[in-house]
Amino acid sequence: MSLQPDTFKSLVKVAAERVIASAPELTSLDQAIGDGDHGINMKRGFEAVLGKLDAISAQPLDEALKMIGKTLVMTVGGASGPLYGSFFLAAGEALSHDRQLPDDLANVFGCGVNAVSARGRSQAGEKTMLDVLIPVLETLKTAAGQADLIARVRITAAEAVERTAPMQATKGRASFLGPRSIGHIDPGARSSCVLVQAVCASLEGQE
Amino acid sequence: MTETVGIVIVSHSRDIAKGTADMVRQMVGSEVKVAFCGGNPDGGLGTTVSLIIDAINDAWSAKGVAILVDLGGAETNSEMAVEMLEPARRDLVVVCNAPIVEGAVMAATEAAGGSSLAQVKAVAEELSAD
Repeated sequence: MSLQPDTFKSLVKVAAERVIASAPELTSLDQAIGDGDHGINMKRGFEAVLGKLDAISAQPLDEALKMIGKTLVMTVGGASGPLYGSFFLAAGEALSHDRQLPDDLANVFGCGVNAVSARGRSQAGEKTMLDVLIPVLETLKTAAGQADLIARVRITAAEAVERTAPMQATKGRASFLGPRSIGHIDPGARSSCVLVQAVCASLEGQE
Repeated sequence: MTETVGIVIVSHSRDIAKGTADMVRQMVGSEVKVAFCGGNPDGGLGTTVSLIIDAINDAWSAKGVAILVDLGGAETNSEMAVEMLEPARRDLVVVCNAPIVEGAVMAATEAAGGSSLAQVKAVAEELSAD
């Protein structure tokens, strides 16, 4: 599947706009178990991405993702900058220097997930964004090539974000709360879900 | 004058970073280069990779630079900043696992004596030992 500049541009635009629109929700989730800046930080980062949208979408896919990653690293202002930034930098590294999406999407996504895990020194089950990204990666592997792949990814992300509520945080600021982190959805998991679902919605709209 | 390890202080709050740097300068003197930064790109609480890179370059010494951080995001952003340095400098910068104020004073005191980067880091991190 090839992604032409206009298609890619609208995909990035939808994803950025949905993150920006979710800022109040991310902030309120982060006020419960973090320091309350996740929404405003993500908003700042994705507004910077929107500001460079023309330049980003003019690049081949690998460079485009790396530009998104670097923009997030430089503008977010919290740990989510390097975490999301590393995802896009590593995923960009795994793409070819053209406009083709590889058949093995799980490999590209997996490189991003591994980079997040390494950057945050975190694993599944610690109440972080990885608790959405890792289940999505599993679905990308198990449902690869199937007609309902996008729908399954979207459902996986929605279910995975809810499963972070009963978890006790052992990484990130929420871990300071210990058992009091239980019962709240993780803000990073929620922002990952917003991004994954925005990409799904954009791709479904293209079909 | 012999080169000494440089010290960088990274806090979510620029006021804390500046205050820590002031303490280091008063207690250790000016022979150790100390740079600091704090705040997100809008000036609110947070840490900014580009400011950390600037601070590392300001405190640069051929013996390397030790970074002291406060909370999670400061560490993650500092590690990212180190990776974005030019390759020749990356291996000469370490993030210390130490309390920011005491760690900065201890690290700078050790650095002032001409110690290596590894020694400076080790002394700061003794503060975090069980």
